[in-house]
Amino acid sequence: MSRRYLSLWFRHLTTDYTIIRRPALRNKPFVLAAPDHGRMVITAVSPPAGQEGINTGMPVADARVLLPGLEVLDDSPGLDGKLLRMLALWCIRYTPMVGIDRPDGLVMDISGCAHLWGGEKAYLSQILNTLRGKGYDVRAAIADTLGAAWAVARYGRTTALVEPGEHATAVLSLPPAALRIDPLITSRLHRLGLDKIHRIAGMPRQSLRSRFGNELLLRLDQAFGRAEELIEPVVPVEVYIERLPCLEPICTATGIEIALTRLLETLCQRLQQDGKGLRTAVFKGYRVDGKVVEAAIGTHRASHHVAHLLRLFEEKISTLEPDLGIEVFTLEAPKVEDVASQQHVMWSGATGLQDNGLVELVDRITNKTGAQTIHRYLPAQHYWPERAMVATTSLDDIAAEVWSVTRPRPIHILARPEVIEVTAPIPDYPPMLFIHKGQRHSITRAEGPERIEQEWWLSDGEHRDYYAVEDEQGVRFWIFRSGHYAGLRSYQWFLHGYFA
Amino acid sequence: MSAVSKQDIVHQLQREILCLQGARPSASGKTDLGLGPVLEAFPGNSFPTGAIHELISHRPENAAATSGFISGLVSGLMRSGGVCVWVSCTRRIYPPGLKAFGIEPDRVIFMDMRNEKEVLWTTEEALKCEGLAAVVGEIRELSMIASRRFQLAVEQSRVTGLILRNQPRNLLPTAAVARWQVTHLPSIAEAGMPGPGAPRWNIELTRIRNGIPGNWQTEWQAGRFRFVDSPPMKVGVPVGDLRDRPQRKTG
Repeated sequence: MSRRYLSLWFRHLTTDYTIIRRPALRNKPFVLAAPDHGRMVITAVSPPAGQEGINTGMPVADARVLLPGLEVLDDSPGLDGKLLRMLALWCIRYTPMVGIDRPDGLVMDISGCAHLWGGEKAYLSQILNTLRGKGYDVRAAIADTLGAAWAVARYGRTTALVEPGEHATAVLSLPPAALRIDPLITSRLHRLGLDKIHRIAGMPRQSLRSRFGNELLLRLDQAFGRAEELIEPVVPVEVYIERLPCLEPICTATGIEIALTRLLETLCQRLQQDGKGLRTAVFKGYRVDGKVVEAAIGTHRASHHVAHLLRLFEEKISTLEPDLGIEVFTLEAPKVEDVASQQHVMWSGATGLQDNGLVELVDRITNKTGAQTIHRYLPAQHYWPERAMVATTSLDDIAAEVWSVTRPRPIHILARPEVIEVTAPIPDYPPMLFIHKGQRHSITRAEGPERIEQEWWLSDGEHRDYYAVEDEQGVRFWIFRSGHYAGLRSYQWFLHGYFA
Repeated sequence: MSAVSKQDIVHQLQREILCLQGARPSASGKTDLGLGPVLEAFPGNSFPTGAIHELISHRPENAAATSGFISGLVSGLMRSGGVCVWVSCTRRIYPPGLKAFGIEPDRVIFMDMRNEKEVLWTTEEALKCEGLAAVVGEIRELSMIASRRFQLAVEQSRVTGLILRNQPRNLLPTAAVARWQVTHLPSIAEAGMPGPGAPRWNIELTRIRNGIPGNWQTEWQAGRFRFVDSPPMKVGVPVGDLRDRPQRKTG
């Protein structure tokens, strides 16, 4: 399939933007200026000022001589780049391949896109009308090559729509400056009387190369389609992306849901055919006012199950603000993985951690309340109670070791051990009674001590002597003494947990 | 001969009535939780799986005993290879401590929510999930509406839901099939052995739909319940009967 390119040229990008921001400036001569070597130099000229003979690069003082009533505004550095990027993102609704063409243009690969708008003519006028409606003075051209589209957009006098195969003839009658070459080379060509491209095109390549360098030849080849030229898209094109343009802007939750369902169905069908499932998905709505609203979901395991994914998105639809309406919806899957056709069975029986229902449940909960709500614990080889397990949020992690719980461990543990007051008959004997939060517990049975040393390579601190004790009611506690009984050194008793 | 057949007819009719009242025998055969004498309290002499059980703990100390009893039940339910979900916003469970009750701690998924409202939502979502063996929800106040929603969820999914209610402010009737209360009992060590013996609890079944409430004493020993007093102390009339009796209106 032959490729088609569209080149957009914003003739007064920054001044148009200024007029949009300050409509009072319309039809008034004004310039944007920036300091350069201690003086103000004009960087952009509004059309009325341009008619008075003011050009960019002129010092402001000179311009004031030409036109005393000239209004001078500060140019913010990088404004043109920001504007182009914003416009490029907006243009993504027409084609996914939009590139920035510094300093004042955009290039788009529109192969296979125009028919969605009813042909290239309608497509082009739609883009131009919308951009002009926003207030930008824009010119555009469509051609088979990027070079030809660029040339016709800026220097073409006839129609902006170059029919397939006609790009060479369209370019031939244009001046050499249309080839995107260095102004130095252009002026040399003019001095030699080569004022049209068709005069250069017939010349032997060798003599052109020796006189004007490689650049001219490359640009000629690119314009005629003999050399490849690539667009660097502003947004990298996702492989798995679905788009849904709407006839009318959508501003109801039901409408958004219908759009989402349709996009999910087509995307999941594609994923299923490729044997893939998505791990993350982003649903975007391009609003009428140029803003983009989006909702993202993630799954624990690759999935192409429409009903499940729809449920995950359902919670988020209410967060999308349609404002005046959403024109285009896109759904992309930035992260896809192969879907195992057969589920692994880790434990015998029908259910387990691999169960699909469980994975979907976890997805729903993490998408609503955040990933940090789900915890699983795997054994860790530490005796220190706080470190005897490691937390994980994944369902796929498998315990590397077995749980080796040989000593009694409580079923309830306190997040921080709580200080208790203890009476013990003789050192290293279990206590007789302890007071916790003002309540006295007389100990009837006790077991211990179980000494657990602090792991000095991980942390400083005293060892703990743990006792499992039972009071008169039969409530069983896990208490410990931190450190040795020693004459002057302080030691402290703590309550750490409850046994079942 | 005739007496036997009469008893058979009575049993048959009882079963039919139970079916009409919504109690369905578990599809995958009987799950043996080792509850021994307690089984007689249940309709059809089998532990109601695929239903909601409420476990009340009035004092903070008893929460550990209740958690222990829950762990004992869950380990029986998980024996067929399922996974347990434990939903809470004030979790104190120490996962290695579950090992003593025969649960592999890495097969329990803890969901730690920020507040009770999220716990309610998550518990309901979990109860709807068919692949689970059991769902434990730590919910302080369980309203009739919430419990009915849980009940509807488990009727579809056949998951057993255990609701641990720690120090509830009021005990209004709920749609749960059973209400338990577990308290600590002083342990009895083997003769001549020092230290605390096996965990020992007093288990009180205060409400059971279509069953007989009772009171038992049990120990958790060697990975199973060991009931100390085999004959249950029967108290009162079955709650289900009381509720369904039409004469009550006249009083």
